[in-house]
Amino acid sequence: MEAMVEIDALVKRFGPITAVDGVSFAVQRGEVLGFLGPNGAGKSTTMKMVTGFLTPDSGRVTVVGDDIGKRPVAAKSRIGYLPEGAPLYGDMTPAGFLDFIAAIRGFKGAERKRRIDSVIDRVNIGGVLNQPTETLSKGFKRRVGLAQAILHDPEVLILDEPNDGLDPNQKHEVRLLIQEMAAEKAIVLSTHILEEVDAVCTRAVIISQGKVLADGTPAELQAQADGHNQVHVGLRGVALEAARGALGALQGVDRVESTESEDEILLTVSAGDRGDLSGAIGGLAQSEGWLVTRLEVETGRLDSVFRDITRTEG
Amino acid sequence: MDKIAIIFRRELSAYFMTPIAYVFLVIFVFLAGIFAFDLGDFFARGQADLVSFFSFHPWLYLVLIPALSMRLWAEERRGGTIELLFTLPVTMTQAVLGKFLAAWAFTAIALALTFPMWITVNYLGDPDNGVILAGYVGSLLMAGAFLAIGTCLSALTRNQVIAFVLSAVVCLAFVMSGFPMVLQFFGDWAPAPLVAAISSFSFLSHFNSITKGVIDLRDLIFFVSLIAFWLFANAVLIEWKKGR
Repeated sequence: MEAMVEIDALVKRFGPITAVDGVSFAVQRGEVLGFLGPNGAGKSTTMKMVTGFLTPDSGRVTVVGDDIGKRPVAAKSRIGYLPEGAPLYGDMTPAGFLDFIAAIRGFKGAERKRRIDSVIDRVNIGGVLNQPTETLSKGFKRRVGLAQAILHDPEVLILDEPNDGLDPNQKHEVRLLIQEMAAEKAIVLSTHILEEVDAVCTRAVIISQGKVLADGTPAELQAQADGHNQVHVGLRGVALEAARGALGALQGVDRVESTESEDEILLTVSAGDRGDLSGAIGGLAQSEGWLVTRLEVETGRLDSVFRDITRTEG
Repeated sequence: MDKIAIIFRRELSAYFMTPIAYVFLVIFVFLAGIFAFDLGDFFARGQADLVSFFSFHPWLYLVLIPALSMRLWAEERRGGTIELLFTLPVTMTQAVLGKFLAAWAFTAIALALTFPMWITVNYLGDPDNGVILAGYVGSLLMAGAFLAIGTCLSALTRNQVIAFVLSAVVCLAFVMSGFPMVLQFFGDWAPAPLVAAISSFSFLSHFNSITKGVIDLRDLIFFVSLIAFWLFANAVLIEWKKGR
C-alpha cells in the first residue's frame, strides 16, 4: 500500500478559536476515506489545508511525495478538489469553464478537447454545456464542479460534502462515480450524512472540535455501537416466560428484553461482550421447535456511534 | 507566463460576458467626448491638440475605474471561487497579474475607442501627434495606477459596492494630493518635506507632465512603482483574507 496523502499534526487557528487541533492521518491508493464530524468540527478547514488553499499554523501535508507548503504547484496538480457548495464562475458556461480548467491544468489542443469531452460524458452534462452556470440546477452545478475536479484524472480526490443538498437519484449517481474511480485513486470525502459512509467508504475518520476521535473501517466503528450484535427474535405460539427463560440461559447472554403483541412475542437478546448470538439462538429455536417469525442481527447504527463519540467529548 | 495568459483571457472575457463591458465602453467614450467638447472648450480654444480631452481623464477614471476593478476579487470571495482558483496549480503572482492585466487591457480598449477624437483633431488642424501619443501613454499608465488601487481594495471585501466606494476614495486622495487647496491645508502646519512628499504623490502632476509630451523617466517610474506596490499589497491582502 502506498500513502498518497499524508497529513501530519495539522493545526489551524482563527483568532482565539483553534479550528483544527493536531489532525493526522494518511490515505492510501484505493481507499475512500469518509471524513465525518458535526458542523464546525474542522472538516472543511482541514480539507482547505490539504488542498493548499489555507496555510496551516503548524503541521505538514504531503501529496504523492510533494509537500504542499514547499512545492504547492506540483502538489496541487495531483489533486482534484470539489470545494464545499461547488463554487463556479456564474456567468461562464460549463463549456467555457471546463476549457479554462483544462488550460490551466496544462492540457493543449486535441488532448484538451479529449479530456473535456470525456469528462462531460462521465458526469453527463452534455445538455447544458452552453447555459451560464448560474442558471443551472443544483444537481448540474455539482456535476460541473465534479467534472472540474476529475478532468485531469488526479491521483488524489478531495470532495467537500459532494452530496449535500442533492436528491436521492443524484446522490446515487455521485456515489457510482466515486466507486468507479475508487480503485486507482485516494479519495477523501467529507460528509455529515452517515449512510454515505456505509455506501461508499472503506474507512471513516471522525473529528470533533478539531481533533480526530475515531479512525477505522465502517464495520469497526459499528462494532462500537450500543446495539451491535443484538438479536431480535419474533416467535409465534410460544409462552413469553418460557422463551425468556430459555434465551436467558444461553451462554453469553446478558439481557433479554421483550414485548408482546396479539399473536406473537418479540425479544431482543444482548450479549455482554457484544459477541454474535445468532447461531446459538437459531439452534435453540430449532431444538425447542419454536415457530420463528423473525430473526435479525443488529449491525449497530453508525449514527449512534457518531453521537456517542462526538458528544462525550463536548 | 502561460498561466497568466490563461487567467488574463478568462478575466477579459468575463467582462464581455455581461452587458457591463458594453455599457462601460459607451459611457466612457461618451463622457470623454462630452467633457472635452463641452467642459473643455475643445473648439473655442482654437488649438489643434487634445489637452482638453486628456485633462478630464483623472476625473473620469475616478468614477469608472473602480467600477471595473470592484468585481475582480470581491466577486471571487463572495462566490467562493477564490478557493477553486487557489487550489488550481497557479501561484498568487500569476493570479494577481492575470486579473490586473485583464482589467488594464479592458481600459486600453476603452481608451483606443476614443480614436475619433484623434481623427477629428487631425482633420481640423495639424496637431503634434507625438504629444497626443504621449497623452495616451500617460493616460493608460494613470489608469493602471487607479486599477492597481482598485484591484487591491476589492480583495478587502466580499461586497462590490464597498470595494467601489473604498477605491474611489483612495483614488480621489491620490488625485487631490496635488491640488493647491490641499497643499495649502497641509502647508499651514506640516513640515515642508512632508508637503512636498504629498504633492509628489499626485496623479495629476505626473499625468500633466506626460500629456505635455515629455515622457520623463521619473513619471514612468512613479506610475510603474505605484502599480507594483499596490499589486504587492493586493497579494498580501488576499493571503491574509483567505478563509476569513
